[in-house]
Amino acid sequence: MTDMTTLQSRNASMSSNEDSTSSVMTIEIGPAHPAMHGIVRFTTQLDGELIVGMETEIGYLHRGFEKESENSKWIQVIPYTDRLNYVSPLLNNIGYSMAVEKLYGIEAPRRAEFTRVIMGEISRITDHLTCLAAVAMEIGGFTFFLWAIKAREYLWELVEEMTGARLTTNWTRFGGNSTDLPDGFLSELSDRLIKLKDVMAECDKLLTRNKIFIDRVKDVGCFSKEDALSFGFTGPLLRACGIPYDVRRADPYSVYNELDFEIPVGSTGDCFDRYLVRMEEIQQSIKIIEQAADKLPEGPYMTDERMLRYPDKKDVYGNIEGLIDHFKLVMEGHQPPAGEIYMPIEGGNGEVGFYLVSDGSGDPVRVRLRPPCLNLVEAMPSMTIGHYVADIVAIFGSINMIGGELDR
Amino acid sequence: MDILLEIIMIPAVLALIKIVVIILLFALPLGTLLTLMERKWSAMIQDRVGPNRANIGSFTGHGLLHLAADGLKSIFKEDCIPRGANKFLYLLAPFFGMISAVAIFSIIPIAGPIGDFTFQVADVEPGLLFIFAITSLSVYGAVLAGYSSNSKFALLGGTRASAQMISYEVFMGLALMGVFMVYGTTRVSGIVDGQNEYWFGNLIPMWGVFTQPLGFILFFTALVAETKRPPFDAPEGESELVAGYFLEYSGMRWSAFMLAEYIAIVGVSVLMTTLFFGGYHVPWLHLWESAPQWLVTILQIIKFSIVTIFFCWFQIQLRWTVPKFRFDQTMSLGWKKLLPLSLLNLFVTAFVILAFA
Repeated sequence: MTDMTTLQSRNASMSSNEDSTSSVMTIEIGPAHPAMHGIVRFTTQLDGELIVGMETEIGYLHRGFEKESENSKWIQVIPYTDRLNYVSPLLNNIGYSMAVEKLYGIEAPRRAEFTRVIMGEISRITDHLTCLAAVAMEIGGFTFFLWAIKAREYLWELVEEMTGARLTTNWTRFGGNSTDLPDGFLSELSDRLIKLKDVMAECDKLLTRNKIFIDRVKDVGCFSKEDALSFGFTGPLLRACGIPYDVRRADPYSVYNELDFEIPVGSTGDCFDRYLVRMEEIQQSIKIIEQAADKLPEGPYMTDERMLRYPDKKDVYGNIEGLIDHFKLVMEGHQPPAGEIYMPIEGGNGEVGFYLVSDGSGDPVRVRLRPPCLNLVEAMPSMTIGHYVADIVAIFGSINMIGGELDR
Repeated sequence: MDILLEIIMIPAVLALIKIVVIILLFALPLGTLLTLMERKWSAMIQDRVGPNRANIGSFTGHGLLHLAADGLKSIFKEDCIPRGANKFLYLLAPFFGMISAVAIFSIIPIAGPIGDFTFQVADVEPGLLFIFAITSLSVYGAVLAGYSSNSKFALLGGTRASAQMISYEVFMGLALMGVFMVYGTTRVSGIVDGQNEYWFGNLIPMWGVFTQPLGFILFFTALVAETKRPPFDAPEGESELVAGYFLEYSGMRWSAFMLAEYIAIVGVSVLMTTLFFGGYHVPWLHLWESAPQWLVTILQIIKFSIVTIFFCWFQIQLRWTVPKFRFDQTMSLGWKKLLPLSLLNLFVTAFVILAFA
């Protein structure tokens, strides 16, 4: 009831601006609007074309991920994480599994970690490509959009080969991955990377030095370092503001400290810097993938530890230990030791953090996700006020809001 | 038979027949085909296949049937009128764009005259001024559609459209003033014939594009802005205003806006051909003095069509290559850059004519 009342009073206060003497017009952009990827509503006040006020409303895609997780076994949460950031689902899988591994105090075998790095970086590239493509499309570069989507397709096919699915990957497990590299994956990977580089060079030629494009994105949505920090920005947007914070370097996880890559930073934090940072990060990710593919060690892709890995079928049917393990894992689930941890990884949009609380039983007590784009969407009003209505699409596109992750 | 011929040769009847032929056999089919051409060409640019699914049995005609499918779909769709709309203006608006797009063709000669018979509906004395008058009318379509739809998005689109078209109208006229000065007339047939002269013996035809290179670029830019095509499609504002001024339209009325846009593309192309690429005159054809009249006419129509199609293609290529301007950037480009340039063009042309004539 209170919600309804606030909504009504807000609507009343907004419509009071619309008397005939006022030049301010209230316009609802979203929830169903072509520029709102995912679903979000901006109640925007316009003075002519100028934005003078904006209120964001989120939650249209709320599915109760966190509550659902509390009513599941630990392992059953992994498929739910696919649906968080649905343009880079593997990164969520990896983040959640690493968080549970941290709770257990174990590490996955090195081959599994390297494979995770490869797949994670592939997902980061798909994430960045989606974002760049959306920005380009919304300011009229439809050709760039389709070229980037074509490049993304090369990578999705790799993901499909590895996990059997494009979006609902459900790939990692606690202490390893569900599958090893399929046959011929590495040669396929290097072919695809060459193709990707070609497409990126083409895209770069098409847009990066285009005068119209630069006019549309330069000095649009500028954000200072201090503001970015106080809003809790992470990821490409924070780096575009000039702060070289990247979880892969700041708090190295997995095998990132063995790999050589650079963190691109911008200076003003406008949409053009965000575009350049993302373009450069794609190049860096390609570099990481190549190194990881070179260094990929032999060995198991899944831990052998009891009560972490499901026993092989021959053990389930062949001996009593296997049968008991299987029974307990299925009926009671994985039982990480009691405690609470926070495990951040660098997702496509920034820091994807899982905060987990365990009481030692098979059900999570709390699964909390830190969605990187919540902070970014929160800053939408301060980024857009003072700009023109057409800038909303450039700014909002470069935020790369993903509804599934934002609303959980 | 003789009576029929006599009836046909009555000027009014003849003009009517020409109108039907030019509009029904040239403007409308080319405009309609252009929708398919645009989809196919953009598909080629973007590594796609393009429309190829509509079929009768196993016949698809490389997507040709999509034209029929689109037409049928638009006719059978519900014609919605939004609540609170000004019904009269709402129903009237689509005609303005259509009429002004089609009217351009009335003064364009598509081949040289044979005796008294001209391949032109009307060779009016004001000529191009008539074109300005007509193209200005198309702004009413956008403004009325935006105003009468009772939608804020459409209203924003309508105001953008009016501001943009009125500003680009200004230097569109100025950019063309140079052409008037060079050929000394506003009559279209006069300008076309003026482009049949040659420089340096028979080396370079005196086409508008050579006598007025800057005017050519300016006029083309202004015309593209007039048609509200990307990169000047802020009034449509696909990403932020959804569809701009025709947001609320559906069915055939929506199609009328779209078709008007494509016919306007053809209109722009025939204008560019006529004013800057020698119109129907085939360059250096006069050197072949014994050419039979019928062959000359056919060659002229072919040449006219090729240049027209080239400009249609060029506008499509333009749309799928560059991003679009923001509304204020369109305006500042028009007033701060293109208007001074067209004034400069005017003064330089005047100076050159005074100094060398």
